[in-house]
Amino acid sequence: MAKQEKSRAKSSSPIVKFFLVLFMLAMAFFILGPLLWLAIHAFVTNWTYPNIYPDGWTWHWWTQVFADSALEHSIRNSLIISPIVVLLSMIICLPAAYAAGRMQYAGRKTFLIGMFAANSFPKIGLFASIATLYYALNLMGTIVGVIIIQLLGTIIYMTWIPAAAFASVPRNLEEAARDAGASKFRVFRTITLRLAMPGILVAIVMSFLASFDEAQGTYLVGAPSIYTMPTEMYALVENYPIQVAAVFSLLLALPSVLLIGLARKHIVGGQLAEGFQIK
Amino acid sequence: MVNSPQEDGLVLNGLTKILGGRVIIDNLHLVVKKGEMVSLLGPSGCGKTTTLRMIAGFLIPDKGNIVLDGKDVTTIGPEKRPSAMVFQNYALWPHMTVFNNVAYPLKVRKLTKPDIEKRVHDALALVNLMHHKDSRPGQISGGEQQRVALARALVQEPDILLLDEPLSNLDAKLRVKVREDIRDLQRRLGITTVIVTHDQDEALSISDRIAVMNNGKIEQFSTPQELYDRPETEYVANFIGSLNHIQGGYENGQITPGTDVVGIRPEDVHFSKEELPGSYPATVELVVPRGHFCEVYLKRADIELRAFISSDVPRAGSTGFVKINKALIYKDGKLVKVA
Ligand SMILES: Nc1ncnc2c1ncn2[C@@H]1O[C@H](COP(=O)(O)OP(=O)(O)O)[C@@H](O)[C@H]1O
Ligand SMILES: [Mg+2]
Repeated sequence: MAKQEKSRAKSSSPIVKFFLVLFMLAMAFFILGPLLWLAIHAFVTNWTYPNIYPDGWTWHWWTQVFADSALEHSIRNSLIISPIVVLLSMIICLPAAYAAGRMQYAGRKTFLIGMFAANSFPKIGLFASIATLYYALNLMGTIVGVIIIQLLGTIIYMTWIPAAAFASVPRNLEEAARDAGASKFRVFRTITLRLAMPGILVAIVMSFLASFDEAQGTYLVGAPSIYTMPTEMYALVENYPIQVAAVFSLLLALPSVLLIGLARKHIVGGQLAEGFQIK
Repeated sequence: MVNSPQEDGLVLNGLTKILGGRVIIDNLHLVVKKGEMVSLLGPSGCGKTTTLRMIAGFLIPDKGNIVLDGKDVTTIGPEKRPSAMVFQNYALWPHMTVFNNVAYPLKVRKLTKPDIEKRVHDALALVNLMHHKDSRPGQISGGEQQRVALARALVQEPDILLLDEPLSNLDAKLRVKVREDIRDLQRRLGITTVIVTHDQDEALSISDRIAVMNNGKIEQFSTPQELYDRPETEYVANFIGSLNHIQGGYENGQITPGTDVVGIRPEDVHFSKEELPGSYPATVELVVPRGHFCEVYLKRADIELRAFISSDVPRAGSTGFVKINKALIYKDGKLVKVA
């Protein structure tokens, strides 16, 4: 991605270049700035406003986080729930995305706009009505309940992005494979799915992050019996010093950073990116 | 035409296809002999691709049937049909190397690894692409991609090779070379081939026979020479080569008033300084150089004609005599006389 940015900047005028650099600096400031602040706080004994340097350095907050069984529990919950949510989301949404991607343009647009509209209602209202349903179905405070509520937040990613990816696979590439003797399923597996994979990977990353970061619904449905990392943060902020929250935030950011790094390598690295350069 | 002898490679028997509520292919008959190279020639939108896709199995005709080497394949899916197609934009798989593109049909057929290796190498050698076997389609030129597509089709050893405007994405110079390569390969392998094109030069230069299509029908199916010398319909005469197109009758080398259409090839207009039997006085109006010949506009008492003259080109304003060597006379669009 950086490479693309660079080559684009090279070919454009100085003004465009200037604003691009300004934009990137601003982005860096607002994204990396807070992260840096967190990273430092996770290791300091104390650091308050007028002081330029922290009072001292320590591992104490880290040991405290890992020693606390409630915190450990929430980490385990998050690491179990999010993969399940993503998997279920894939099973439910990818076939729909494929069907939508293979529809005529008008039908696809209706489907995607419908998904978007459903997703653009204020979440909290949706959750409130779901809560009523959950009480009736005895899903309050259960893992299943949390999984379902998180699943809802991933649907938009798992349908939109793969639908566009499936739609962009040229039909004649599939026809060429049929002509070469491949069954419909083999064509799907070796051509269609393979070429839509960058989009699906992006959808998986986005869905995982959506699930992993989901707090509102999870808190409403899960608390007080099931806490995930984001909902545990609420308790942390109230009950622990800021440095523990910083440690926890870093832990919370870790999967995102790992996933994006991984996906970036696959999507930008060579063949998958090339997949879309079809004449 | 209905009963196909065994030596016929491909028989299209009254094919009809309706798409979007319109009759796109209308009761089409065509017999391609084994080992023959046939062009489907016609303007864009006349149904060439639709016909080819029915032969390949991507479309099922609404009426009629398709017989390949004596076997009815009308409803057999493309994956089971012994045909191989080269798509207009090649349709190479961008995520596979050149080698794997060509190997794909063989892997599907579950050949052994050494077998696949050998046949892919042979196919790539055939199209001179061994040095690119590890490249990806995005890394090679259009001409090379075209050859990969050809190799991928040939490696299947199909009973019939189908090419949909295989040269239209190449630049003019390359086009001439590649079409000769294709013709050469087709002859060497003796493979029955149907090639779709809208370019008459292309069709005339590589085909054994040409089927000129118009509005989902075949207007004429004959050798390039016959097509040129004896176009059976006015449409074909206009589509193939150049034509002086005159309304009237034709008698003793002269145009008379009438309602028929007289077609005269510019090559069949003879200009000379001296009077010859059957020639009439004319003036030279305009001379346009066209490379190895000149296009000369001549005015005679009865008619204005274009002539293609390659030697002793007259100057504009000079006078001489014009003789019409051959005229095609059409009544209601159909050829009625060659004079
Ligand atoms: N799926 C389809 N639905 C409706 N009309 C179609 C479809 N496919 C092709 N046509 C129409 O059929 C006609 C012939 O198309 P085609 O066979 O592609 O022509 P050619 O290859 O000779 O240019 C065109 O007018 C085209 O618009
Ligand atoms: Mg076409």
